[in-house]
Amino acid sequence: MAPILEINNLFKNYGPVEILKDINVAIEQGDFLVLVGPSGCGKSTLLNCIAGLEPITSGKMAIGGQDMTNVSPKDRDIAMVFQSYALYPTMTVAKNITFGMKVRGIDQAVQDQKLAHVAQQLQIEPLLNRKPGQLSGGQRQRVAMGRALVRDPKLFLFDEPLSNLDAKLRVEMRTEIKALHQRLGASMVYVTHDQIEAMTLATKIVVMKGGVIQQIGTPAEIYNRPANLFVADFMGSPAMNLIPAKAKANGAGMQIEIAREKGDPIVLTDTRNQDLPENVILGVRPEDIADAAIGRGGDTQEADCIIDIVEPAGADTFAVMQLGGKHVTARLHAETTAAAGTAQRLAFDLGKVSYFAPETGLRLN
Amino acid sequence: MTDLSYSPASSGSSATKIALRWGLYIMLGLFALFYLMPLFVMVTTSFKSLEEIRTGDLISLPREVTLDAWRTAWSGACTGIQCEGVRPFFWNSVLIAIPAVMISTLIGALNGYVVAQWRFKGANLFFALMLFGCFIPFQVVLLPMARMLGLMGLAGTIPGLIFVHVIYGLGFTTLFFRNYYVSIPAELTKAAKVDGAGFFRIFWSIFLPLSLPIIVVTVIWQFTQIWNDFLFGISFSQAGTQPVTVALNNIVNSTTGVKAYNVDMAAAIIAALPTLFVYVVAGKYFVRGLTAGSVKG
Repeated sequence: MAPILEINNLFKNYGPVEILKDINVAIEQGDFLVLVGPSGCGKSTLLNCIAGLEPITSGKMAIGGQDMTNVSPKDRDIAMVFQSYALYPTMTVAKNITFGMKVRGIDQAVQDQKLAHVAQQLQIEPLLNRKPGQLSGGQRQRVAMGRALVRDPKLFLFDEPLSNLDAKLRVEMRTEIKALHQRLGASMVYVTHDQIEAMTLATKIVVMKGGVIQQIGTPAEIYNRPANLFVADFMGSPAMNLIPAKAKANGAGMQIEIAREKGDPIVLTDTRNQDLPENVILGVRPEDIADAAIGRGGDTQEADCIIDIVEPAGADTFAVMQLGGKHVTARLHAETTAAAGTAQRLAFDLGKVSYFAPETGLRLN
Repeated sequence: MTDLSYSPASSGSSATKIALRWGLYIMLGLFALFYLMPLFVMVTTSFKSLEEIRTGDLISLPREVTLDAWRTAWSGACTGIQCEGVRPFFWNSVLIAIPAVMISTLIGALNGYVVAQWRFKGANLFFALMLFGCFIPFQVVLLPMARMLGLMGLAGTIPGLIFVHVIYGLGFTTLFFRNYYVSIPAELTKAAKVDGAGFFRIFWSIFLPLSLPIIVVTVIWQFTQIWNDFLFGISFSQAGTQPVTVALNNIVNSTTGVKAYNVDMAAAIIAALPTLFVYVVAGKYFVRGLTAGSVKG
């Protein structure tokens, strides 16, 4: 079966400024694609290009196997949810939801039946006769979703739909969108700048920066094997520790040496990777540094580290230390004995580390 | 906290406050009186007989209220050789103002919608030129416009005057609507496009229903401009198509012998009534509409 969305060599310029450079993405039926990146990375522009709201400069785009490169938005069989919800202010909720069908001249009975179905699905039946101005943020969000759902399109597009909600509601709606995706089995493209939203929702993530795709992959791939320093730093909270280190070949594998302000350097031996250049940046997720005493499986190596700051966060305790001239965060158990200013024996999980070239920022292993 | 004691207003006694308040009201009252004085003289004079005007005081109330002057002004006063009062000219003005207001408002709304929501190459230049049109003195365009109306076969006709007023109203109506629509999020248009609506459908179903405040502003503005216009009225009309402002001028300036001040005043009030009426009916929307764009909903 043809991919539900396929983008080939897409470029988008505003005058002389290149907004999107050589975008290639394809997703299958039922995929949840999340475009994530810092503001100004072009993710919303890409979504607008998929919707047909922005013309593309060059390249090709197909939805459901049909070429849509020059097709107007209304004929692309898509529905879109906007950041500001973009509800029609003078129309009631019911009219908002049925506007698209009305424009397309769909039979009134069908409209009523679809409206009732969607209203029931999203639990907005009591709101149908209200105007958008009389709704709360969460309710507006639901209506905006209803307007998209009722169309039953090939592809749903979401443009940062949760960023106007407060933190609690955002988490609730996030779960609801995920549930909706599972229930409908629909294909979705979702734009967000929130990497947690990206990780939790996506079946496939596209990380973008400066109009260029940095990495495409499943959330696990992106998280565990970031393609470059930008992705490593952007995805995950707290961010991946990126520690400058020296690599030396020794019989068993590579010897990784991390300089310290006080005391001897930490030396770890990595048996999995060979042929690393001398200067590398070692990427370690905070959860891959653990209390040696508590212990954990995997290919761990231990070292004593002076803890500078201890930040209890309920479920975990974050310990911050200075390694290789950088702040390094370790995610420890809540019951850890680590205390500020004292040494703690920590275990580094070498099975999960990443290496990057300092000059190019690219992944080495 | 400390600057509370510093404030001179709160340090004064309540008696001072009341005195200040009264002082304010008295000032405002005086200003109102000053501005209303001419209207008062107009109204009272229009109800007096000529005899009384000659012998009486300018600002005294009429001893005997008579509607003769109003009757004459409406249907008997002479404008040159014709003695039918302002009535036929009043209807000319209605026939000019209403279509001209409606057409210029509608086109202005469409223009504003395009400039604000359907950005095209050169949209800014287009809008700048429209704005420039607002500031062209009307005297400058009299001759070219006369020539053009002649070529179009509309010289001296009411459709010709409607045309002129529509053209010269577009700058302002476009400006009003553009500024109003520019505050409406572009996502609304995008949502409607994805929903399948086209250019006119979006305008008709989404933008026009939002536009009541700015429509009221534009209608008041345009109606006042067109109704009160004298220059175009006298330049591009001929006997039979002159608007009421021109007729008023003719009544006042073409009387021979004794000046019929009461008739002049009555005619002037009749000529001013429609604009007054529009302000009274729609005035509150006017203020609301002018500030609508600046307040976030």
